Amino acid sequence: MLELINITFNADNDGQEKEIIKDISLKVEDDRFTVITGPNGGGKSTLAKIIAGIEKPQSGRILLDGRDITGLSITDRAKAGIGFAFQQPVRFKGLTVLDLLKIASGKPIKISEACSYLSEVGLCAKDYINREINASLSGGELKRIEIATILAKDPRLAVFDEPEAGIDLWSFQNLIKIFENMQKSVSGRSIMVISHQERILSIADEIVVLANGQISAQGSREEILPTIMGTDSAVGSCGMLEKEAKSNG
Amino acid sequence: MVKLDEIQKRLMREVADLHEIPEGAYNFRANSQLAGRSTTANIDIKSKEDVSGIDIIIKDGTKKESVHIPVVLSESGIKETVYNDFYVGEDCDVLIVAGCGIDNCGSQDSEHDGVHRFFIGKNSKVKYVEKHYGSGDGKGKRILNPVTEVYMEENAAMEMEMVQIKGVDSTERTTKAELKAGAKLVVHERLMTHGEQKAASVYDVALNGDGSSADVVSRSVARDSSYQKLDLCILGNAACSGHTECDSIIMDNGRILAVPSLEANSVEAMLVHEAAIGKIAGDQLTKLMTLGLTEQEAEEQIINGFLK
Repeated sequence: MLELINITFNADNDGQEKEIIKDISLKVEDDRFTVITGPNGGGKSTLAKIIAGIEKPQSGRILLDGRDITGLSITDRAKAGIGFAFQQPVRFKGLTVLDLLKIASGKPIKISEACSYLSEVGLCAKDYINREINASLSGGELKRIEIATILAKDPRLAVFDEPEAGIDLWSFQNLIKIFENMQKSVSGRSIMVISHQERILSIADEIVVLANGQISAQGSREEILPTIMGTDSAVGSCGMLEKEAKSNG
Repeated sequence: MVKLDEIQKRLMREVADLHEIPEGAYNFRANSQLAGRSTTANIDIKSKEDVSGIDIIIKDGTKKESVHIPVVLSESGIKETVYNDFYVGEDCDVLIVAGCGIDNCGSQDSEHDGVHRFFIGKNSKVKYVEKHYGSGDGKGKRILNPVTEVYMEENAAMEMEMVQIKGVDSTERTTKAELKAGAKLVVHERLMTHGEQKAASVYDVALNGDGSSADVVSRSVARDSSYQKLDLCILGNAACSGHTECDSIIMDNGRILAVPSLEANSVEAMLVHEAAIGKIAGDQLTKLMTLGLTEQEAEEQIINGFLK
């Protein structure tokens, strides 16, 4: 279980200090698929980065399975069992998909294992395994490879920062399927997704609404989703386009 | 024939990936002496009579054969210039592996200047791999100044892999190529400098025939207080296509001057150059750290991948 206790984070905004996260306390239970939603600028991505250790909060504590990890570096948090998928996956000239999957799993892995991670995210392994993670990959392909690195790492808590950002609608349909599969096999771990996509919210076990740096609502999907439908916190993809993508896909 | 000692064997492994005597033709040179030679029915190697060096003569139609010509220097204070000429016949398909390893534990400079000339016949395919490596902790400098000249006949194809990753204090690399119609040249250069090292790499590729093409890509890393100058020039003198790319990572107090240049002397020439220099991106480090690597391990992985 991940526990955030009284987390506060301020960012420097043109010389003025701005409160991004205001004294948040939150528990992310095991075996749960939790979605953090809320309007843009509400502090969602910052919260995800604080959990991964990329941003340091001014105050508060973070506990993973009861252990205080507040002072741990990004590397040590990764070793402690936290995985983080970037909103904008990083490109590496020269590093191949296989290289990255090997690094992610932290041990030498067989090609067949690497291939199984790629298949899980809907990529044909033999086409991708030796591809460089460079500008020749599309946004959708990069997103899937990013998710495959999390599968290879197999963390106790996987945090996905807006997985749907920057990908086309066709890729989005497939992405939802990947998350549906993850939700079914979440047992023994927990998954936290930052998203305001209705399709992702509709497979959540737990929904947390973050607005203006504070938690405005938290509860089960059945409880929360009806109250946020049609707002900034639960955005549907365009119906027409979605239909078109389905008929083409 | 000279028997190789352990240092020389290690250098041989670094520059030619050779653990055993290779199959095919070879010529080993150790501390300015011939240390071994083998020829085949199709590949002959002869010592030059006027200057130091060898002629490698590959018969027309030679396919799937290789030539290894590694050089090692393990004595301090050697300074040598060697001329090696490769005459590749028509319709060949061969692999040529050259390389020089210097181990200098002494106080005098060691220098090997290799001048390699390739005359590649019509329709022949050559893959050329050249590795340079230096080791030893003496005060004497390890200096390598390779000159490579390539003359390609119609429809010849050459792929060059030039690698200098470690331990060479000073290097001036000069590569010249002239291509006739339909000839194709692909160059991948990998360069890493550290400490106080200085490296210059100059390419001058002339596309003289219609349908000729060149792709010259240099990736380099300058660490510590090292300096690199990369000067990649393609001349388009016909209906040809050329591309040069210098892509560099700069670290610590390293400095890089990248000068990609193009000269078009025909309206049909299509030439492109790209150059980029930058430090390792912060989000690259962060990504690998979220996968459990330390900052230093992440840096190594990024550089290894970049120079692969």
